[in-house]
Amino acid sequence: MNSYQKPPQISYYQMTRKRIRSSMEQVYGITTFGLKFFRYVFVPPYEWGQVRKHFDELGAKSLPLLTIVGLIMGLILALQSRPTLDRFGAGGFLPAMLALTIVRELGPVITALIVAGRVSSGIGAEVGSMKVTEQIDALEVSAVDPFNYLVVTRVLACAIILPMLTAYVDFLAIFGGYVSEWISSNSSMQLYFNEVVQSLRFYDVLPGIGKTIAFGYIIGVIGAYQGFNTSRGTEGVGRAATSAVVLASLNIIFLDMVIIQLTLLFLGPG
Amino acid sequence: MSDSQNDILIDVQDVWKSFEDLEVLKGVSLKVHTGSSDVILGRSGIGKSVLLKSIVGLLRPEQGSIKVMGQQVIGLKTRDLNEMRKSIGYVFQYAALYDSLTVRENLEFPLRKHSDAGEEEITERVFEQLRLVGLESAVDKMPSELSGGMKKRIGLARAIIKRPRIVLYDEPTAGLDPITAREISELILSLEEQFGITSITVTHDLECARIVANQIYILDDGVFQHSGTFDELKRSTDPYTRAFFQVVV
Repeated sequence: MNSYQKPPQISYYQMTRKRIRSSMEQVYGITTFGLKFFRYVFVPPYEWGQVRKHFDELGAKSLPLLTIVGLIMGLILALQSRPTLDRFGAGGFLPAMLALTIVRELGPVITALIVAGRVSSGIGAEVGSMKVTEQIDALEVSAVDPFNYLVVTRVLACAIILPMLTAYVDFLAIFGGYVSEWISSNSSMQLYFNEVVQSLRFYDVLPGIGKTIAFGYIIGVIGAYQGFNTSRGTEGVGRAATSAVVLASLNIIFLDMVIIQLTLLFLGPG
Repeated sequence: MSDSQNDILIDVQDVWKSFEDLEVLKGVSLKVHTGSSDVILGRSGIGKSVLLKSIVGLLRPEQGSIKVMGQQVIGLKTRDLNEMRKSIGYVFQYAALYDSLTVRENLEFPLRKHSDAGEEEITERVFEQLRLVGLESAVDKMPSELSGGMKKRIGLARAIIKRPRIVLYDEPTAGLDPITAREISELILSLEEQFGITSITVTHDLECARIVANQIYILDDGVFQHSGTFDELKRSTDPYTRAFFQVVV
């Protein structure tokens, strides 16, 4: 006799309700997880050795990819903008336009999205595999707080390293713009960079670099949260890595929108 | 208080633990005396590891009392729990070696975190542990380069490097061939005798139980149904115990 019983059918309404509930739980989970970071970050023991290790892992190893992206981003932006600016007789504004676009917006967001893709998934997969192979439990029974050892160190490394990476990408992208200008019109490097420096003010640079601290925090927190909440073995590890990238990217874009509004509100349009 | 009561290192009383609708432990009780090596036998998924993880504070039971070295584990503050954990070693089912660290770093880890030992002393202790488990040559290997049996040995070495009073073994021979499993069981016995360790071993390997156990508890349906020495349980007329011993032996 076949004793197998089909599971009861779930209606579309029930399924939607379940998904909304699970999404809300995830938002709550990430928020409390993220706030826990601030409770731990000022409390010893300070794992500086681990933070330094993550600087190398999360930051230095992202450099080759970011170098290529930064240069090409500036190059393409200059190539695409030049004909339009020329049409309005504003070709001379190209260095200023490039610098403002890159420093205020493109540099921080593109850098954060690329680091999110590389690092957030890496954190999700690494912490996730530690979870399913009981390495997190092993830390706990060794009287080492896994949150402090695994999460705080990674979030801190991300939040410190991302502004540096952004400054690096900003510079490369502006340089890429010069390369495009040099190829097309053999323009002077000194003139180009003079224009760039004159067009940038403190209020352009500060919010652009400053917001990447928040982006770095998001990348670290979401990657670690997904890893910490991994279940169902190796399949869960893969899912944690993917969800980490998707959620981190979405949150970066959403937060960027909020920060732009706040910047405009407090510092004006410039 | 009698001597026997003073002698109790782990005291589990009426512990209940469930996961959503599934009740795993239904009022389990256990007393482990100093120097004793107790084994919990039972089928897979019956809650043996859940009990072990509750003892070390990795899981929190809904009801009951767990005292380790006289301290109530349930509800203990993290700081006190960590202090207590420094006296406990835990051998995980699949060793749970930190896979980003070498064997040497895995063994150094507990010492660096919780002792003032200098570099020289740490290195000496690491090699001493590796000699005990017969794996000196693996000192600079990564966990991914080790076989299952080697991982278990290193896991064992890491668990006892702090010279804990208590060691909890979660399926120490699972997934190993019979010869390696027997070697691991004999190694556990020899290390326990050498360092005077009190232990609880969770297993469904009867050969391991026969080698290491002073007392065996059989867990079924959320409680200990029977207990005794290996020979007593082997002669038991209880159908479940008989079935268990007959199936595995």
